[in-house]
Amino acid sequence: MPLLGFALRRLLTSIPSLLIILVGVFVLLQFAPGDTVDALLAQMGGGDIAVIENLRRFYGLDASATVRMGRYLLRLVQLDLGFSAIYGKPVAEVIVERLPVTLLLMASSLLLALLGGIVLGTMAARRVNKWPDALISTVGLLFYATPSFWLGLMGMVVFAVKLGWLPSGGYEELGAGHVGFWRLVDIARHMVLPTLTLALIFLSIYLRIMRASMLEVSTMDFVQTARAKGVDETRIVTRHVLRNALLPMVTLVGLHASTMLGGSCVVESVFTLPGLGRLAYEAVVQRDLNTLLGIVFISALLVIIVNFLVDLLYARLDPRIREKGR
Amino acid sequence: MTPRLSIDDLSIAMPEGADRALALDGVSLSIGSDEIVCLVGESGSGKSMTARAILRLLPPVVRLTGGRIILDGKQDLLRLPEAGMRAVRGARIGMIFQEPMSALNPLHSIGAQIGEAFRVHTELGRREIEARVQALLAEVLIPDPLSAVKAYPHELSGGQRQRAMIAMALAMEPGLLIADEPTTALDVTTQAQILKLIRELQKRKGTGVLFITHDFGVVAEIADRVAVMQGGKIVEQGAAEDILNRPQHPYTRRLIAAIPPLHPAPSRLPERSAQLQVTGLTKTYGGKGPFRKHGRVIHALKDVSFDLHRGVTLGIVGESGSGKSTLARCLVRLLEADSGQVRLDGIDLSALSAKQWQRESRRIQMVFQDPFGSLNPRRRAGEIVAQGSIVRGEPRKQVQDRVRRLFDLVGLDPDATLRFPHEFSGGQRQRIGLARALALEPEILIADEPVSALDVSVQAQVLDLLADLRERLGLSLVFITHDLRVAAKVADDILVMQNGEIVESGPASQILLHPKHPYTQALIASVPGRHWTPPDAGTADSAA
Amino acid sequence: MHAFQRYLRNPSAILGLVLLLVVVLLALGADVIFPRNPLALAGRPLQWPLANARFWLGTDNLGRDIAAQIFHGARISLLIGVVATSIAVVLGILVGAVAGYYGGLIDEVLMRLTDAFQILPNFLLLLLLIAVFGSHIETVVIAIGMVSWPAPARLTRAEFMSLRHREFVEAARLSGLGDLRLIFSEILPNALPPVIVYASVVMATAILLESALAFLNLSDPNVSSWGNLIGQGRSVLRSEWYVCAIPGIAILLTVLAVSLVGQGLNDVLNPRLDQQ
Repeated sequence: MPLLGFALRRLLTSIPSLLIILVGVFVLLQFAPGDTVDALLAQMGGGDIAVIENLRRFYGLDASATVRMGRYLLRLVQLDLGFSAIYGKPVAEVIVERLPVTLLLMASSLLLALLGGIVLGTMAARRVNKWPDALISTVGLLFYATPSFWLGLMGMVVFAVKLGWLPSGGYEELGAGHVGFWRLVDIARHMVLPTLTLALIFLSIYLRIMRASMLEVSTMDFVQTARAKGVDETRIVTRHVLRNALLPMVTLVGLHASTMLGGSCVVESVFTLPGLGRLAYEAVVQRDLNTLLGIVFISALLVIIVNFLVDLLYARLDPRIREKGR
Repeated sequence: MTPRLSIDDLSIAMPEGADRALALDGVSLSIGSDEIVCLVGESGSGKSMTARAILRLLPPVVRLTGGRIILDGKQDLLRLPEAGMRAVRGARIGMIFQEPMSALNPLHSIGAQIGEAFRVHTELGRREIEARVQALLAEVLIPDPLSAVKAYPHELSGGQRQRAMIAMALAMEPGLLIADEPTTALDVTTQAQILKLIRELQKRKGTGVLFITHDFGVVAEIADRVAVMQGGKIVEQGAAEDILNRPQHPYTRRLIAAIPPLHPAPSRLPERSAQLQVTGLTKTYGGKGPFRKHGRVIHALKDVSFDLHRGVTLGIVGESGSGKSTLARCLVRLLEADSGQVRLDGIDLSALSAKQWQRESRRIQMVFQDPFGSLNPRRRAGEIVAQGSIVRGEPRKQVQDRVRRLFDLVGLDPDATLRFPHEFSGGQRQRIGLARALALEPEILIADEPVSALDVSVQAQVLDLLADLRERLGLSLVFITHDLRVAAKVADDILVMQNGEIVESGPASQILLHPKHPYTQALIASVPGRHWTPPDAGTADSAA
Repeated sequence: MHAFQRYLRNPSAILGLVLLLVVVLLALGADVIFPRNPLALAGRPLQWPLANARFWLGTDNLGRDIAAQIFHGARISLLIGVVATSIAVVLGILVGAVAGYYGGLIDEVLMRLTDAFQILPNFLLLLLLIAVFGSHIETVVIAIGMVSWPAPARLTRAEFMSLRHREFVEAARLSGLGDLRLIFSEILPNALPPVIVYASVVMATAILLESALAFLNLSDPNVSSWGNLIGQGRSVLRSEWYVCAIPGIAILLTVLAVSLVGQGLNDVLNPRLDQQ
C-alpha cells in the first residue's frame, strides 16, 4: 500500500537520528561527575575500596567508555535496558510500571488540545476580526503565556483546596480499594487537572494555527471554484476548507509529541503522578544514569511511534503525499 | 432575440488608495446565446473583475456603485438575494478559471468535484450522478474517463485538469459559460486542443460564452465578437473580423501592432563562425541521495549538441518540460551537466575550476524570465547592476559611472539607480536585468523567456531594445521562448526541443515555413490565430 | 521608518511593547529599589501582601521580600530570554542556512541531527545537561539555548530552500558572487523576517523552560528566579497561595509581552491577507 510505504520510508529516516541520540547521550553522560556506584555509595554512607571495586565490576563500569557503549547498544538491540541500582530492579521493569500513566496523560491531553484547537480555531476564523474572534484569540494568547506548572498549582488551589471538587494529586486513591468501573472513575477524576494543565498550552497553539490556516485556505482558488459551482458557505467550510486547513496541524502534532513528553515531566511532578516524566526527574536527582538512559531510549521510541502514526494519518488525508514522499 | 446576458453601465469602485478610483467604469456588454464574446485587455484592465461581478464573486474590498446585469432578459443578478444567486452559480452560469491546478481542490477526486454540482443543484442519487460524471468526462475527451473519475488533480496533466474544469462548469448545462484566461497556463499544443473543445461544445449546446483573454491570437482563433478593455472601460467592441483587421480605437491599434507576425525576419549575416559549441550535453534529475532511491529519474537533457555563431540570435523553442530552461542553466553552469562539453572559442567551460569559471563567466551572461523574482527586493537597482563588477575588484567610482551609462543605454533614468526594484514596473525591471547582464560586457547573452511575463505592448518594446543592443554591442544571443511569434521576430536560427532532445534545427525561415519534424509541424499548427496576419498599422510606431 | 509606524497602529502590539518595557524597568530598577540580597531574610515569614507597608507584595515562607524577588527575578528572565534565544537563533540560522543552501549529503546529515534533537524531548535533554554540567546560571542559559535551536534551523532551511533557486540568486551567482556572499548578503536578508518573528516564540519558550527548571529546584539556587519562588511557595500552597500566585503572574505577563511583540512584528514583517 502506498500509504504505508510513505510512512515506513519516513520511519527509516529516524533510525540514524535514534542512533545519534543514543550515542550522544551516552557520551554526554561520560562527563557526569560521579557514576551510579558513587550515587549508591552516597546513599549507603560510603564503603571500603574492595566493595567499590566489586560494585564497579558488577555494573560493568570497569571497562573503557567505548567498550561500554558497544555493550550498551548491543543490549539495547535486545531491548535490555540494564539494571537500576537505585530501584534495585531492571530498568525496563521500572519504566513499564511508570509508562501507562504518562501514556494516559499524553493521549488525553493531545485529544483535548486537538479537539479544542480545531473547534475554537474554526469559530474564530469564521468570525474573523469580530468579537468572538477577539475573545478566542485573547484567551488563546493567555493560555500560551501561562507556565503549565503554575496553572496546575492554581487549579489545585481552586478546585482541590477551595472547592474540594477534585483530588489534588496522585494517580488514584490507594487506600480506597476501588475496583473495576469505580477505579476508572477515580483515575479519571485524578487526571482532570493534569490533563487540563498539560493540554492548554497546546490547545492555544493549535487554535492559532487552525485560525490562520482556515483563513489562508479560504482565499485559495478552489474555494472560489466551489462558490462558482453554487456551493453554500457551510458546505464550503466543512467539505473544502476544513480538511485542507487540518494538514498543517497534523504536521505539528508529530513535532509536539516530544514537547508534550517533556511537559509531562513538570506536570507529573506537580501532581505527584507516578509517570515517566517524574521518573526522569528522580533519576536526575539521584544520578541513576542507567534509568536515565533507559528513559531517553523509550521516550525517543515513543516519539518515533507517534510520528509514524501521524505520517499515516497525513498520507490518509492528503492524496498528494502518497506517491511523492516528502 | 433577448441576449443571454446583458451588462448595463456596470461600475465598481476600488478601495481607497488604489491606482485608480473605478475598477470598472460604465461597462456595457451583451452576450447572445450561441456566440463567443472575447473580452480582451492587458493586465489590470478590469476584464477578470467583470467576470467575477457577473457571478458576484467580487473581493470584499471593492464596492459595486451602479449598473445592472440581466440574465435571460428577466433577472437582475445584482439585486438577487444570496440564496437566489447560489441557484444561478454553477446551474445557469458556469465558470472556468485560469490555473486548473489551484482551481481544483487537491484533496478531492475529480469525480467528487464534478459530482458536487449535481449534489448541490439536484436531487439525483449517487448512481445517477456517477453515470453523469462519467458521461461528462467522456464528452470533454479525457482519455480513460473511468479512471479519471477516481483520480486526484495532481495525477492529471494540465490539459486534462482543464478538461475536468470544463466538464465541471458544463455539468448543469448552463446557458452561459464564463472562461477566464482558460488556456493561459497551458502549453500551445494543449491550448489549441482546449480551444477546439470549447468551440465544439459551445456549438453543440448553443451556449453563450464570455471568453476572457490577453492574447489576440486566441481571439482570432475563437471569437465571434470582441470587446477591448483598457483601464476599466470598454474602448471598442464589434464583430471579431472588424476589430482584428480594421481596429478603430488607437489603443486597440497599438495592441494589435505590438503582436509579432509569424513570418520569419529577413536573414542577416552571410558569413558565419562558430563561437559557442555545445556537444553531447546530458542532464538527469532525481535518483540521487541515500534516502531518495525511490525517486523517478527525469532526463532533462539528452545528448544535446549545437553551435552558436558569432553575432547570431539562436531561438530555442519548446513547451514546458522540453528542457530549454535546463539547457540555458547548463550553459552558464548554474546547473552542472552530467556529461558533455560547452566550448567558448575553443575553451571547454565545463572543465574549468569554480574559480576559473567565476572569471570566465563574464563572457556569458543571462537575462531571466521573472521581472519580480530576478531582482533582489532588498537591494537598490544600481547595486544590483554594479554587483558583478565590484566583486571583480573594479573601483567603485568607475563602476558607478558605468551603471549610470548602462541605465541610459537600456532606456532607464540614470537617476533611478537608488530606487528599489518594487518601485519599477515589470518592463522596467526587465531593463534592469538586462543592464545587470550587460554590466560585465559579455560576448554572449542568454535570455530565458525574457518577455513572457510582460504585456504585449511592453513585450514589443523590450524585444526592440534587445535587437538594438545586439547590433550595437555585437552580441550573440541565445533566446529561449515558448512563443513561436516571438521566436519568428528575433531569431536567425531556431532550435526546437521536445523532452530534452533537439528534434529539429536550422535557419528560422526554414523551420517556420517548411518544418520537417512532425512535432515542429504540430507546434506551428497550434499557434493561435496563425491564419490571421495583424494589419500593418502605420500609426502604431509612436507607441514606444 | 514605515514599519515602525505600522507597528504602532496595532493596539495589542503596543500593549506587548509596554509590558516588555515594564519588565526591563523592573530589571534595571532592582538594584536601586532593592539593593539588599533578595534571597536574604527580610522579615517575619508569610506576611500577606499589603499587610505590611514594608513588604507590599508580602513575604514568603523563608521570610524573604517577594517584591524584591520579583524585581531581581526580572533580570534572570530577561537574561535567559535574550542570551538563550540568541544562542538558539544564531545556531539555528547557521545550521539551517548551510543545510538549505547546499542540500544533498550535508543537508541529509544536518537534518538527521536536527531530527535527533527534536525526537528527544527538549525538557529531558535539559535535565540531562543540568545533571551533567551542574546548575550554575551560565550552564542553564547555555543549555536552554542548546535545546532550542532545531525549530529556527528548520525554518531557516525551508526559507533557504525556497530562495536558493530564485532567479535573483542565480543572477547574483552568475555575476560572480561566491557561496558566502550568496548566503549572507543575498539570501539571508530575505530569509530573516520569519526567523526574527519566530525568535519571539523561542524567547517565550526559553523563559518558560527556565521557570520550570527553577520550579523543580534544578536551576541555580543562588539567583532570584520567579520559578524558584513558585517552587518554594509550593509547600504553603494550601493556605498562603499568594507566594506561588504572584511570581506566576509575573512570568505570564512577561511571556505574553514577548508573544504580543512577536505578533506585531509578524504583521509588519510578513504582511499577509490576514487583515481583509
